[in-house]
Amino acid sequence: MTLIATQSLTKTYGGRVTALTDLTVAVEPGIIGLVGANGAGKSTLIKILLGLIAPTSGQVSVLDIDPTTEPAAVRARVGYMPEHDCLPPDLSAAELVTHLGRMSGLPRTAARERASEALRHVGLYEERYRPVGGYSTGMKQRVKLAQALVHDPDLLLLDEPTNGLDPAGRDAMLALVHRIGTEFGISVLVCSHLLGEVERICDTLIAIDGGRLLRADNISAMTSATDVLAVEVSEGTEELAARLAELKLPVARDGRLLLVPLADDGTYDLILGAVAELDLPLHRLDQRRHRVAELFATRELSHA
Amino acid sequence: MPEPTAAAVRQAPTGVIHDIGYQRYQGPRLGRRQVFGALYLHGLRTAFGFGRSAKAKIFPWLVVGIVSLVAVALAAVRSQIGEPVATYAQFADAMSWLVIFFVAVVAPELVSRDLRSGVLPLYFSRPLPRSDYALAKLLALVTALWLLLGGPQLLMFLGAAFTTKQGMRGVWNELLDLLPGLLYAGLWALVFASVGLLVASLTGKRAFAAGGVVAVFLMTTPIVGVLSILPSRAANELAGLASPSTLVQGVGIWSLGDLLVEGDPGEMMIGGFGPVYALAAVLLVAGATALLLARYRKVAS
Repeated sequence: MTLIATQSLTKTYGGRVTALTDLTVAVEPGIIGLVGANGAGKSTLIKILLGLIAPTSGQVSVLDIDPTTEPAAVRARVGYMPEHDCLPPDLSAAELVTHLGRMSGLPRTAARERASEALRHVGLYEERYRPVGGYSTGMKQRVKLAQALVHDPDLLLLDEPTNGLDPAGRDAMLALVHRIGTEFGISVLVCSHLLGEVERICDTLIAIDGGRLLRADNISAMTSATDVLAVEVSEGTEELAARLAELKLPVARDGRLLLVPLADDGTYDLILGAVAELDLPLHRLDQRRHRVAELFATRELSHA
Repeated sequence: MPEPTAAAVRQAPTGVIHDIGYQRYQGPRLGRRQVFGALYLHGLRTAFGFGRSAKAKIFPWLVVGIVSLVAVALAAVRSQIGEPVATYAQFADAMSWLVIFFVAVVAPELVSRDLRSGVLPLYFSRPLPRSDYALAKLLALVTALWLLLGGPQLLMFLGAAFTTKQGMRGVWNELLDLLPGLLYAGLWALVFASVGLLVASLTGKRAFAAGGVVAVFLMTTPIVGVLSILPSRAANELAGLASPSTLVQGVGIWSLGDLLVEGDPGEMMIGGFGPVYALAAVLLVAGATALLLARYRKVAS
């Protein structure tokens, strides 16, 4: 099954402002990161996926349903967490999520049960009976996530879930999203303008810029064969480089660092052995994963 | 409420969730009609402050209290002097000011609050169509207003039925008087709810919405006053069209006749323009509803 597929999707507002241009992607179930700068067209794409706005041209399907012709069928199976503040301050989280569960078609008792389950899953316990107006930003984000989860959707669309959170809150939210995607069996599309954030939890990454597709790929395909070991010795860098070359390890220099592609655990032993043999003061030996950002950086440069 | 510390935020969600596990929902999912019904009932409860804070209950129940008190008083006086002080329809007319204030408080409660808090995207990202949201809210307000007028009318009926000296025949006659009164209350409810909700849906600020509702209903009465003293009989007879309250009264005079004015035409004359009043009322309700739906096609998209 294809989770989300678009074909030449284009959206222009009033014939002048172009939000999406000729976007063609197809992604499998899993955790999908949708990255792009503010105004890149992320929210527009999400609204088209929900059937809230119609594309100017092109085709789109979500869970093999066309949201332009059957928006209700799509929305019944999708949970949406908007970017902006959307919680009435005088209701308690339990009341709000129960009500929204009923709006998704859950019977009264089921809505109440699922609301407290969803709130517990996002980490809200006794505080769910207090008015939302008194919540911290982190708790409000959790309520927004819970209301998207209450009707047990097959796909969650999260628009900037880490917005306004402190670093610890961001980590907790990302861990929660990761858990939903892996343990709950619900596919997730996470929107963010921070690549470093989503790349940690995603299987697939879609990068858009100015309404155009930059790249859409499996994250392992993007980062495979790019793990390297960085070795730093306080002195004798040249000697070590020569020694490693003798051991048939392709060494690259990066300033004071030696970069050795990581083939398997044996690579560590070879390097450590060489360092010990030459009796060099080892300063650092660590695994360095190529950031997806670097892939985009080189790509964007080649565009220019 | 104190802000949770960074450590609490870090620890609270993890671990515990892991232990419990997520359950997929296998139960029934209700269709559009049940969801509409749920939203309608939610709106009706909201109108009377149920499921809301004690503060939200004060005003609706104050109005309910006053109209019920008036109805009980009328029933009591009638049982003493033996003849009705006011007909059911006259009672509805007399209570129109209170109805206006009820609309001014409840209509913003129903729609402006949702506009202000930005909760609408959460509704519209669910299967329920936008028009259902608007219509469920409208129907809830119509029902609330009808209950507000119809409930006390029922009290008056009970008072009359239990004190009648003509036995079952008296009760039956009283019922025949009550039913047109209830219909007339329904007309009040339709006109005031559709116009009031449309005005309230234009702004997320409740105070502005309340002011707007009162303005639309009360600021139009001077126009009626001016038109009714113009030296033209047709202008005088059509003057009532200028304000929702007099429009409803015009329809009442035309359709109910002596149930509303009792032989004495009173200060309001509609001449032969009764059908014009009825048509205007229908157009007003239909137009306000169409504009409300148009408003919700655009808002929060």
